[in-house]
Amino acid sequence: MANPIKILRAGIIEENPTFVQVIGMCPTLAVTSSAINGIGMGLSTAAVLIFSNIFIALIRNIIPDKVRIPCFIVVIATFVTIIQFLLEAYLPSLNASLGLYIPLIVVNCIILGRAEAFASKNSAIDSMFDGIGQGLGFTLALTVIGLIREFIGAGTLFDFTILPEMFPRTLLFVMAPGAFFTLGCLMALLNHFKNKKKSAN
Amino acid sequence: MHLVLLVLAGIFVNNYVLSQFLGICPFLGVSKKLETAAGMGVAVIFVITLASAVTYFVYYFILKPLQIEYLYNIAFILVIAALVQFVEMFLKKSSPSLYQALGVYLPLITTNCAVLGVAVLNMQKGYGFIESVLNGVGGATGFCLAIVLFAGIRERIEYNDTPKAFDGFPLALVTAGIMSIAFLGFQGLIKL
Repeated sequence: MANPIKILRAGIIEENPTFVQVIGMCPTLAVTSSAINGIGMGLSTAAVLIFSNIFIALIRNIIPDKVRIPCFIVVIATFVTIIQFLLEAYLPSLNASLGLYIPLIVVNCIILGRAEAFASKNSAIDSMFDGIGQGLGFTLALTVIGLIREFIGAGTLFDFTILPEMFPRTLLFVMAPGAFFTLGCLMALLNHFKNKKKSAN
Repeated sequence: MHLVLLVLAGIFVNNYVLSQFLGICPFLGVSKKLETAAGMGVAVIFVITLASAVTYFVYYFILKPLQIEYLYNIAFILVIAALVQFVEMFLKKSSPSLYQALGVYLPLITTNCAVLGVAVLNMQKGYGFIESVLNGVGGATGFCLAIVLFAGIRERIEYNDTPKAFDGFPLALVTAGIMSIAFLGFQGLIKL
């Protein structure tokens, strides 16, 4: 059984779904117009990821290889439907801001990707930690992007007005282009540090 | 007239990739070469048109009568997965070169948010059959347009001298951002 701390770390840093694997881009760009939305989406996705990882790891030896992808999809879709209804009932405002992207968690490549790459080949406990790690990594990425976009675009952080009124708000950043620019520049920054480390070695 | 506007809105005003962020993964992944991008775009138009039609029937003739509309997510994604399998088999027989070119990205159309996104949008907006299909066609054409334009730009940028940190995805994302700004110009053009 692999070290759970190592699995967690990998999910957050070395194999971060957003910055390293460049996977699950649709929600990353779509819901990060504010930090709260980013955290909400990240945690919802993490919940689905953790449960589907555990479940798929538990039934991994029973699923015939040829139909494994449709099986994974049904499992994931079921958990997404459950999360959908929980959000609708208990967090209606988050549900309203995330809108279309909650049912779209089903096709988030991260979840299917981890099911294929990890949960179908490892124990339930390990898969749970993988789900937690990847989910945390994803949530972290979404929150950072959300914070940047919200700050530049609306001058607020978690809906608290930080930037005084006299500073201009670059509305572009809470709209579509801002998402592309923020993610692109963040990735470039991380690449820059990675390259520096590589050339230093 | 309303139907024409629906299609035009899907292509320009609410472009699925550049303003609604649907279909980003293949948009970033398959856009390095123009031919592959065009092939992917056409395949997506085909799948989405079929998916819009079939999910309409599934929703109104299977889910609603049985009063299990809340299971639409599971039903839709299964329909889409089956459709993509079908398209894969069809392409393998009719156009093996395109099948080879698309490679692993063809089964990935299943996880293309745009396909499920269109189906869910059609259901949420309560579109009729023709409207659903046209909404799908419009959105998919918008995706195709965006990915082809993007691939064209990326092919050109290959030979530019850009900062090393931006190589690969960062540059692609910034380019997409600029394209997104351009498409913002279509906002308000069509009021639906």
